[in-house]
Amino acid sequence: MARAVTTQHKTIATAAAWIVALLIFFPILYTIITSFKSEQEAIQGFALIPSGTIESYSEVQAQSGYFKFFLNSVLLSVGSTILALLVAIPAAWSMAFSPTKRTKDILMWMLSTKMMPAVAVLFPIYLIFRDSGLLDSRVGLMVMLMLINLPIVVWMLYTYFREIPGEILEAARMDGASLWNEIVYVLTPMAVPGIASTMLLNIILAWNEAFWTIRLTTTEAAPLTAFISSFSSPQGLFWAKLSAASTLAIAPILIMGWFSQKQLVRGLTFGAVK
Amino acid sequence: MATQQTRSLARFMMAPSVVLLFVWMIVPLVITIWFSFQQYNPLNPIRDGFVGFSNYALFYSNPAFLQSILNTLVLVGSVLLITVIGGIALALLIDQPMWGQGIVRILVISPFFVMPPVAALVWKNMIMHPQYGVFADIARFFGMQPIDWFGQHPMLAIIIIVAWQWLPFATLILLTALQSLDGEQKEAAEMDGAGFVSRFIYLTLPHMSRAITVVILIQTIFLLSVYAEILVTTNGGPGYASTNLPFLVYQKALLEFKIGQASAGGVIAVILANIVAFFAMRAVGKNLDK
Repeated sequence: MARAVTTQHKTIATAAAWIVALLIFFPILYTIITSFKSEQEAIQGFALIPSGTIESYSEVQAQSGYFKFFLNSVLLSVGSTILALLVAIPAAWSMAFSPTKRTKDILMWMLSTKMMPAVAVLFPIYLIFRDSGLLDSRVGLMVMLMLINLPIVVWMLYTYFREIPGEILEAARMDGASLWNEIVYVLTPMAVPGIASTMLLNIILAWNEAFWTIRLTTTEAAPLTAFISSFSSPQGLFWAKLSAASTLAIAPILIMGWFSQKQLVRGLTFGAVK
Repeated sequence: MATQQTRSLARFMMAPSVVLLFVWMIVPLVITIWFSFQQYNPLNPIRDGFVGFSNYALFYSNPAFLQSILNTLVLVGSVLLITVIGGIALALLIDQPMWGQGIVRILVISPFFVMPPVAALVWKNMIMHPQYGVFADIARFFGMQPIDWFGQHPMLAIIIIVAWQWLPFATLILLTALQSLDGEQKEAAEMDGAGFVSRFIYLTLPHMSRAITVVILIQTIFLLSVYAEILVTTNGGPGYASTNLPFLVYQKALLEFKIGQASAGGVIAVILANIVAFFAMRAVGKNLDK
């Protein structure tokens, strides 16, 4: 009797969750479906089965050249993430293990720098970039993305490092481990899961950053955000082509996200879970 | 002595982050403040130099100004409300035993991976388009007139899009918090005859409060500067109906080349952000110290 109720409960929960999940996923799914339709099909009304043509993809590729944008997106998101980790790991480490009275304040101040709306400082940044020849350069944009995400990276790492029991470090110190050894052999292995999920989230945030990457690039350093915005001008609307371009722009990060979902979710708590 | 050494080392390790962020914050801000007191238009060679607060006065007297502040707050507030309540409901649902939980989680998290311009384009053309969108198809199926979302309800349309983007984030953080809830405690409450509602109010909700504050803080940071979604869909219109503060600043700077006024708007945006941040930070600081 009890089991019957449980199964029934499970069936209802399953049905409800799947319906909601599919509704949430639907815009993405329908975009992918439409990308395999011809332009005529795409505007003929609601249909979930496409004819399977890939002409939109070849047209998009011919019109814009996907791979340069893709490569830039990879370079910028991975590069800025590595830079951010290099700067943030020592800071988060010292905040977690030698906290002072001001640690919380510094952390909150760091986050507050993210509250500054990007448009508010677009002009000064543009001038600085122009005068130092950084416009449309990958290095400039990498530094920019690193700065934008640095507060989040520091915070995430800090919440992770704080979970590492201090006694282990003390034990290592007693055994005569130098600070460097302490970091490399004791701390790093324990911190790797945290660093990995921080890295994943930061890559996603950098990949999807759509203000600076569009405003500060023209051709050379332009990533996929710029690629997709070239399809947003309504010079006649092409649904299938737009869908193909959208699919191409989100597919790499979507696939990466799906595969690394577990690590990412573990990292997304920001210390919200004790 | 060792601690002394450790302490100075700690400072040294923190220096790069602090210095970088300080420079990143202060330099553009100072330049923006300087321009906000200047008459400056890159297309116009006549420069009057220092003009006092007239840029602020002009920006303030702009009929779009108050509307844009209102829109900014409405956008942040509504999206927070939808994502927190929706996130709690979804987290409770996904936390139930079910078949295919992994796939459900993957489907729900997916919108978080979609870059803002793509999200906006997809919603604008595939879903909400008054002629070819799915919503229009559904309306026609029921014999109703399709809604012109961006013409008639521009703010609502943008709120829906942005909420769709952030619901996964809220859901996942709240779900993680939910799953860390002690099973024994839950069982004990059940044994004591606590119903679903009272269990939720007295056990689950307090347990999730930390996670809720984190969701609010992080989302507020991003929601205050929503821009791509508006640019792609309504372009701030009709009129100024869906212009938020960042978008108004963008219009002044990049469409009208009124750098002085745009900078004044930027300074106002920073002040607004700091007011919101102040309250958010205090709430979070309190909650995170526990």
